[in-house]
Amino acid sequence: MESQEVKLLGFWVSPFVHRVEWALKLKGVPYEYIEEDIFNKSPLLLELNPVHKKVPVLVHNQKVLAESFVILEYIDENWKQCPLLPQDPYDRAKARFWAKFAEEKILSDGAWRAARAKGDNREKALGSTIEALEKIEGELKGKGKFFGGESIGYLDLALGWISYMLPVWEDVGSIKIMDPTRFPATAAWMSEFVNHPAVKDSLPPRDKMIIYFEKRLKELEI
Amino acid sequence: MAKSDVKLLGAWPSPFVNRVQIALNLKSVDYEFQEEKFDNKSELLLKSNPVHKKVPVLIHNDKPICESLIIVQYLDEVWTSGPSILPSDPYDRATARFWAAYVDDKWFPLLKELRTTEGEEAKAEISKKLKEGLVLLEEAFIKCSKGKGFFGGERIGYLDIVFGSFLGWLKAVEKIAGLKLVGELVTPGLAAWAERFCSHEAVKGVIPETDRLVELAKIIQARLKAQSAPK
Repeated sequence: MESQEVKLLGFWVSPFVHRVEWALKLKGVPYEYIEEDIFNKSPLLLELNPVHKKVPVLVHNQKVLAESFVILEYIDENWKQCPLLPQDPYDRAKARFWAKFAEEKILSDGAWRAARAKGDNREKALGSTIEALEKIEGELKGKGKFFGGESIGYLDLALGWISYMLPVWEDVGSIKIMDPTRFPATAAWMSEFVNHPAVKDSLPPRDKMIIYFEKRLKELEI
Repeated sequence: MAKSDVKLLGAWPSPFVNRVQIALNLKSVDYEFQEEKFDNKSELLLKSNPVHKKVPVLIHNDKPICESLIIVQYLDEVWTSGPSILPSDPYDRATARFWAAYVDDKWFPLLKELRTTEGEEAKAEISKKLKEGLVLLEEAFIKCSKGKGFFGGERIGYLDIVFGSFLGWLKAVEKIAGLKLVGELVTPGLAAWAERFCSHEAVKGVIPETDRLVELAKIIQARLKAQSAPK
């Protein structure tokens, strides 16, 4: 068996990095973590990811990979234990569909935008984020503990940031998105997710996240 | 497989739809094509893709699959007897997926922007970024093709389909904006690949003729101008 040398370049508060770490932990893959200061990028990061200059970057036996969803699929295909994507092609298509949807509508252009925006733009961003979350709630209804059933999988990892980062953004941005009475299935899933052994002890401390995002909010007001 | 088992909801000018058509051709899948109109979407489309209400939608045994990249991967995973679309090695697959995301998220939005941009300075700025992207894609082509004719090597593959589907609009925008983006001097690999791709059996007749797209772009521009004109 060839030696498995795995390095992960990350940033402590990046949800894109966290999802790669959870995948590696779930599969029991040992890795070396290298913390990057994304505000002062190292020559190593710029050399390994010249196209986007971002984390996460995974280096596996000298092979360099970037983009979190691309990395997740690579990890899943390379280490067969604890499969992340479902086996059935249609279920795989659905998992990929909802991961992309949530990434676009709830993460990038959704909650973080709503936290930073003012006035009409804020209302608009909040409205579309909540609408998107309703669809996710629909996907979780009657599913079991996780999106794929009883075991954690690709879609859980893709949306996992909601369980610990969304509450921080709501706090810091004074917005309300995750109403447990309106989204009971999502609330239950969030609780299952943060308590999962592969996730539990690896989350960044809440107070540290609050300080960080308060600062970012000021810097990135729109 | 019976023709009625596979239905594609699409629109002839959409490069995203073209991707799926090329993939279906590669796998020799018999399918029914339903042309959708942008301003008069069918009940079936609205029912099959309630989230985005967009084409392409593949309906296989009554189950809808949406998003072109997801559909192409689905086809590859279901029709395993046909030629493979994604490479077999996990790292090559990751490389193909990485560049597919780059083309869709970073490069194509610039091309769309160039289509509607007016003013020489603004056009020059966008075309500079597009050309920088093409240099990256030229490097990717050299790495992925490993001396062969396509991103997928000897045969057409995932990244060929993803990037190649934009060649129709690339040529149309070159005509509209009056400039050349892909050329033998800076991107010789891509220039030769583009011709090879467009004349491939599975691609011929799928990507619309440049002039037809230029005409359509004119109509869309005129419509947009009329809508935003003061009344």
